[in-house]
Amino acid sequence: MSKVSLAVDVGGLKMKNPVTTASGTFGSGLEMVEYVDLSRLGAVTVKGTTLEPRPGNPQPRCAETPAGMLNSIGLENPGVEVFVAETLPKVAEYGSPIVVNIAGKDIEDYGKVAAILEKESAVSALEVNVSCPNVKNGGMALGTNPDLVRETAETVKANTTKPVIMKLSPNVTDIVAVAKAAKEGGADGLTLINCLLGMAIDIKTKKPILGNVVGGLSGPAIKPVALRMVYQVHNAVDLPIIGLGGIACWQDAVEFLLAGATAVSVGTGNFLDPSLTMKVIDGIEGYLIDNGYDDVNDIIGLAAK
Amino acid sequence: MIEQGKILLNEKVGRDIWRMELKCPWIAMKAKPGQFVNVKLNDVAEPLLRRPISLHGIDAENGIISLLYLVVGRGTEMMTKLENGDSVDLLGPLGKGFSTFFHGRRAVIVAGGIGSAPFYPLMEELKAKQKNITMIYGARDAESLTCLDLYEEQGAEMILVTEDGSVGEKGFVTGPLDCLLAERGADFVYACGPEAMLKAVEEVAANHGVQGEVSTEARMGCGLGVCLSCSKKGKDGKNRKVCQDGPVFPMGVMAYE
Repeated sequence: MSKVSLAVDVGGLKMKNPVTTASGTFGSGLEMVEYVDLSRLGAVTVKGTTLEPRPGNPQPRCAETPAGMLNSIGLENPGVEVFVAETLPKVAEYGSPIVVNIAGKDIEDYGKVAAILEKESAVSALEVNVSCPNVKNGGMALGTNPDLVRETAETVKANTTKPVIMKLSPNVTDIVAVAKAAKEGGADGLTLINCLLGMAIDIKTKKPILGNVVGGLSGPAIKPVALRMVYQVHNAVDLPIIGLGGIACWQDAVEFLLAGATAVSVGTGNFLDPSLTMKVIDGIEGYLIDNGYDDVNDIIGLAAK
Repeated sequence: MIEQGKILLNEKVGRDIWRMELKCPWIAMKAKPGQFVNVKLNDVAEPLLRRPISLHGIDAENGIISLLYLVVGRGTEMMTKLENGDSVDLLGPLGKGFSTFFHGRRAVIVAGGIGSAPFYPLMEELKAKQKNITMIYGARDAESLTCLDLYEEQGAEMILVTEDGSVGEKGFVTGPLDCLLAERGADFVYACGPEAMLKAVEEVAANHGVQGEVSTEARMGCGLGVCLSCSKKGKDGKNRKVCQDGPVFPMGVMAYE
């Protein structure tokens, strides 16, 4: 047993350590078992799932940008029924809490997906994606309007007893207003942040690189923005936060905890080092020991206010 | 797996084409023809992502792989600056490689430009299975045709094609392929190159009733099947991940949209 306590509680989602995976960067987790001991993760947050299967966006779907990458995957997934029948039982074998990221084309859709997952005991919490920059309906279209965020949270809450964590879009002027709306809608926690909307142009073809023209920027390039938003929301809204955006080493993760995140997600960093989550868990533990703390909760928000 | 590959050789072998030899015993032991490694430069924040590069040589006994790479951007440009003794971070071997259990003896390999890269280790395996190999190798110009001696060493009959006619036949690989299949037939066709070429090669092979495999490419985020950046549509409307379901697919599977 570790001599420091790493356990955290994100609005009822009980994690043995504060490290999970950013939805869409880790598949279902099963693809990563050669590199990651899934049972060591605080939680496995799986790829976004929708009511119907989705084919995703046209190619090309990714482009490299300075210290980051753009993606326009477009929520490609086989649909929630296939996920529940084929994938969920296999991921559940590893014993870590499973957070299912859900999305929909309208608010009603979110409620239906939540209702289907409510019946699955293997699902520990729902992460509600009102921030995907790559789909025309739902996603960011909801997440940039506080009233719609509130309504989405209410609808999901009405269809589930599991913790509801709203994943917010950074593509707003006032993140605190959106976070407050999520809380009013009954959210149990927040995930901050999803990708920033961006684009890249190929100067040879003189056309946008992405098939979808615009896409979501992730990676170290967005870390300062993510950290700022976590800090602002932690100071203003009484909800636990899963912080993410450009975490590429354990030190980055500690910054998020100090800014006020209760837990962190590793996203694009998984592509560079598939076992990064394991190193982040070890690094946070080492930091606590070196700095004389015996509980990770003691450092959450130390940089705030 | 992740392994540090120590560079034994890094030399220019053609127009913007380089060949790198790396000591990485685990990857060399596990690798199959048609698979790739995802290469990351050490100690640099830029470029961020790994670069998927197919295996041009697999020497399991000596623990050595080689990569043939086209310099297309910052990442590959930086690779050319690496020297013997430097290391790169390798993730691999990744993806599904070529099949060599076809019925009959005659294999035809069709390569376009840097698409020649995966065929050297395939030839070694085909040769070990006593297959006869013809390679139709096309590129923009003579300088873009590389490593011909290696393919000849494997006993491959070479048919060279250039767009400018500077060496071999002038035109595209599909012309000689059509003639060859009409005159002599083949038991299996392998192809790697630009999508337009793969599409055309599949049509020619299908016209002659010959089966085969294609090695495809896509922009990749992870190489592990988690990000879905490289997901491309098949003719059946279902998506395939180039990194995991491919990069090698049977002919007739991909839609080439």
